[in-house]
Amino acid sequence: MTVTVERNARAVGKSNAQKPPRGPRDSYALFLLPGALAFLAVIVLPFVMNTYVSFTDWQGVGSPEWSGLANYRELMDDSEFWASFRHSLFMVVAMAAIPTALGLVLAAALFDYVGKHFGSRTAAVLRACFYLPQVLPIAVAGIVWSWILAPDDGSLNALLKAIGLGSWQQDWLGDPDLALYSVMGVMIWVQLGFPLVIFMAGLQRVDPQLYEAAELDGAGWWRRFWHITLPQIRPEIYVVLTWCSIAALKVFGAVYVLTKGGPGGATDVPSYFSFTTFFEKTQVGYGAAISTVLTVLILALSLIGLRLQERTDP
Amino acid sequence: MTTALRRYPVLIALCVAALFMIVPFLIVTVNAFKSPTEYAQNGPLSLPDGLYTTGIKDFWERVDFGQKLVNSVLISGSVAVLAVILSVLNAYAIGIGRIKGRTWVLAFFVLANMLPQEALVYPVYYLSKEVGLYDTRLSVIIVFTVIQAAFGTYLLSAVLGQFPREILEAARIDGANRWQVLWRIVVPVSRPTLGVLLVFFFIWTWNEFLLPLVMLISNDNQTVSVALGVLQGQRLMDATMTNAAALLGVLPAIVFFLVFQRTLTRGIAVGAVK
Repeated sequence: MTVTVERNARAVGKSNAQKPPRGPRDSYALFLLPGALAFLAVIVLPFVMNTYVSFTDWQGVGSPEWSGLANYRELMDDSEFWASFRHSLFMVVAMAAIPTALGLVLAAALFDYVGKHFGSRTAAVLRACFYLPQVLPIAVAGIVWSWILAPDDGSLNALLKAIGLGSWQQDWLGDPDLALYSVMGVMIWVQLGFPLVIFMAGLQRVDPQLYEAAELDGAGWWRRFWHITLPQIRPEIYVVLTWCSIAALKVFGAVYVLTKGGPGGATDVPSYFSFTTFFEKTQVGYGAAISTVLTVLILALSLIGLRLQERTDP
Repeated sequence: MTTALRRYPVLIALCVAALFMIVPFLIVTVNAFKSPTEYAQNGPLSLPDGLYTTGIKDFWERVDFGQKLVNSVLISGSVAVLAVILSVLNAYAIGIGRIKGRTWVLAFFVLANMLPQEALVYPVYYLSKEVGLYDTRLSVIIVFTVIQAAFGTYLLSAVLGQFPREILEAARIDGANRWQVLWRIVVPVSRPTLGVLLVFFFIWTWNEFLLPLVMLISNDNQTVSVALGVLQGQRLMDATMTNAAALLGVLPAIVFFLVFQRTLTRGIAVGAVK
């Protein structure tokens, strides 16, 4: 390959050398053409259409009828809508707040403790165990957990019975007071590996001398964690919090597979709410309004996240 | 030394936590090989008496699992390759070509990457019906190629922005045109990052649920994730069948995980902070 290039170079070298060293920059834009067209067709057009439809009354057939802000007004009075967003907050706790906090402690323990005293292999194996749920399709995670949490012959109830706590048995996913917490538990399990892996990667950047110096000064593990680990991987913490909060707002598969938003709407989330509005109630305009609100929230979160990241950049 | 005394409790605590993470996998594996009667008698926590594989075979045939695997591999594989190509073309223009207004172009891709699929799903469903692509694997491939390429463009533009200029200059002086520079120099040099993206796109697409659920109605086109999710949602499976379903769903994930362990963790480190 290079040989031909070189031979070509000798042939055209002279004429080339006289050219200005840079060609017109804009011809690079040709490389962007396929991507730009594909994005227009698959993302921009549908998104614009969805936004437009959210201001109309439409059942998915015929032509949409302009209704202005009617859908949004209706949303404001819709208790189902408010409930679904309230449940989203629970999801943010389960998928962003708790995994980030646990992930930090675990990452620091694996890196600064297990890695040092028991070798990096042990740390890597443990890290792999925590990360495993992350590669599972959410539908499969849902199947596994609905089976574990089943009321009659589920493993969790069987286990409680086996250790003499039979009175603690619950209908984990069927009880309206419990279902949301059960889904939260599953989501913590699903999500925990992500912050852990990112934080452990981030800790590789930290100068080991910092830890050594602190140890010589007699700082215990906890103080090293608080004064070195946390400040050093602040950028990663912001990335993870932003990324996971967005993921939490988009939860769909888990709810679909575990509870279908039930019982009695106890685990309904915006994504699932818009899905049923689109495809079961065929109130397309209303569904589009729900997903538009969700989009605005997610973009706002992304901007806040990017801002925080910028502030931490040295 | 107090540390030596305190060392093992921490390790043990971490091991217990790690065990808690993988227990669901273990329980599923143990129960997938039990016969229904055995399951009914001994419950989920006993070890199986023998290897009862009829449940798995029945489930495989009932849902035509082989076809679902083929669909998933076909869709995820095509998306991975096409999205990497699209990302490379975009990032070449942005990161190396440094086209005018590249900041805005890049911001656009970042936004596209952040958009929730909920805001695209109905129009995509409607438009695909209009153009006759509804319920085809091709429609899902097209949509996910673009969605994944948004992330790929964002990541690769940052990587290619730091590409050593001397190499590019040298190639230009040697008379290589832009197309040749891209395929003979930029792509080979960036191969590790491209490999990471390939793996990511494959696994992400494999795990996707909402759009394939809406787009792939007929059994012959469904992916593994959708088929299993729909079955579970119908609440028609008994315990043994659920287990077979779970095991067959878990196995490919474990295979990816073991094969791509290295790539994945390295890749996550690449994408984490940029």
